[in-house]
Amino acid sequence: MSFEKFFNTAVSSWMSQEGPDSDIVLSSRIRLARNIVDFRFPTLFSSEEARQIVSLFERAFAHRSYREAGRFELLKMSELQPIEKRVLVEKHLISPHLAEDSPFGACLLSENEEISIMINEEDHIRIQCLFPGLQLAEALEAASELDDWIEGHVNYAFDERLGYLTSCPTNVGTGLRASVMMHLPALVLTQQMNRIVPAINQLGLVVRGTYGEGSEALGNIFQISNQITLGKSEEDIVADLHTIVQQLIAQERAARQALVKTLGIQLEDKVFRSYGILANCRVIESKEAAQCLSDVRLGIDLGYIQNISRNILNELMILTQPGFLQQYAGGALRPEERDVRRAALIRERLKMEERRKMEGDER
Amino acid sequence: MVCQECKQRPATMHFTKIVNGEKTEFHLCEQCAKEHGHMFMLYGHDDFPLNNLLAGLLNFEAPVKEMTANAFPNPDLLQCQTCQMTYHQFTQIGRFGCADCYRTFARYLPPILKRLHSGNTAHSGKIPKRKGGVLHLRKQLAALKQKLQELIAREEFERAAEVRDQIRSLENELRQRGEGDM
Repeated sequence: MSFEKFFNTAVSSWMSQEGPDSDIVLSSRIRLARNIVDFRFPTLFSSEEARQIVSLFERAFAHRSYREAGRFELLKMSELQPIEKRVLVEKHLISPHLAEDSPFGACLLSENEEISIMINEEDHIRIQCLFPGLQLAEALEAASELDDWIEGHVNYAFDERLGYLTSCPTNVGTGLRASVMMHLPALVLTQQMNRIVPAINQLGLVVRGTYGEGSEALGNIFQISNQITLGKSEEDIVADLHTIVQQLIAQERAARQALVKTLGIQLEDKVFRSYGILANCRVIESKEAAQCLSDVRLGIDLGYIQNISRNILNELMILTQPGFLQQYAGGALRPEERDVRRAALIRERLKMEERRKMEGDER
Repeated sequence: MVCQECKQRPATMHFTKIVNGEKTEFHLCEQCAKEHGHMFMLYGHDDFPLNNLLAGLLNFEAPVKEMTANAFPNPDLLQCQTCQMTYHQFTQIGRFGCADCYRTFARYLPPILKRLHSGNTAHSGKIPKRKGGVLHLRKQLAALKQKLQELIAREEFERAAEVRDQIRSLENELRQRGEGDM
């Protein structure tokens, strides 16, 4: 497969499209946890129950079209290769838990990859809508409408007092987790994040790195989500998160302006050095790649670097993960081999930008 | 980069640990990271600490347990009839076995929910459409029944009779809807 073709099929719409405030907010995600009456939760259910749930969803939804999202395809975890599963995890379409610890897990994935419905993960179903930029309210509306559509086919476990009943008491009530992925290089560079994170935690929200809870944020990308699911309405949960995110956006923009003023040429130098590394490296670890990508993206946002699309950070952060590198290579890779592949993939991607730019110039 | 522990395998895990504001960086290979218990930081791994944390939280019920020991049998022996999960198992795993567990363990849940959801114990969000109509009627019914009691207590029998008729018609409607649902 040619690089360009691999690349274009690998990228989901939320990675390549732009949304509101997408200079800072990479994506908005809504997840609804639901269970079906008369089946035990995945913690205890029998393989027979698990199969029944999968076939229920297969019959009702597989190959059906849903609005602009396109057709749903059912992917059974037991039928996927480890690398294929890893790629889905890296694209945030399924959770690591579904990929690794759910033998009867499955996923209904929409054609445009904006909607994924995980089946038999921690709960019977988890509806997930992923939108580019800051679009929490829009994603909630989409998820809620999809929820109504599914409810037309199944009976949800619901209690008048406690709301939607979930496997884990941390999700009971709305079953809603709203999260936003943000690129905050200036707040990190000015060392404000250390102060901001505890403050956000006090407001009942959680801040974590892209793939890891408690892990350092790779590429200055942070995920912010709600903790509380009981006692607040879906709209309030989303509105509260939205308010905090807007404040963070304002602070990040202010910090960027301050950096430009105080550092000036030094900041520009940092950006272009990182660009130089990405364009010329032959071996690169994921951590260094993430840091350089973050610098280049900041350079694009500040206007230092032109003619490179902004999506490069979203795309390459995901495409340089081990699963993708191995899919591109067509087989398993040792960590050292991955670092070589990663460097090659990044260089190719930057060349693709130059080609696009030249074609644009000719026209 | 070589693993700082075994100095043989390449380091594939990179951690930053912050203890009391002091930052330490670790660069380890997968084996050494596992041995040193650093793997718990990886999302989605079996040893992910949320479960342990949650189990700790649930076990924190000790004083409540002792207080209620005389009034109720030991909560650990409480068992859900639908899925056979015991309260003890629930506190260990941090997850329910089925929807009915919520009812079986209802007596012990409010303090847990309060702690997890900053003081909240009742849902105030979306209601499933299918159940919505019925739920709404039931809430109305409960309110009317209370009103009826009040009216009788105040000996306002004429108005009480009106309310009683309203209750009857609501109950009829509920019965019909219930059958329609089946």
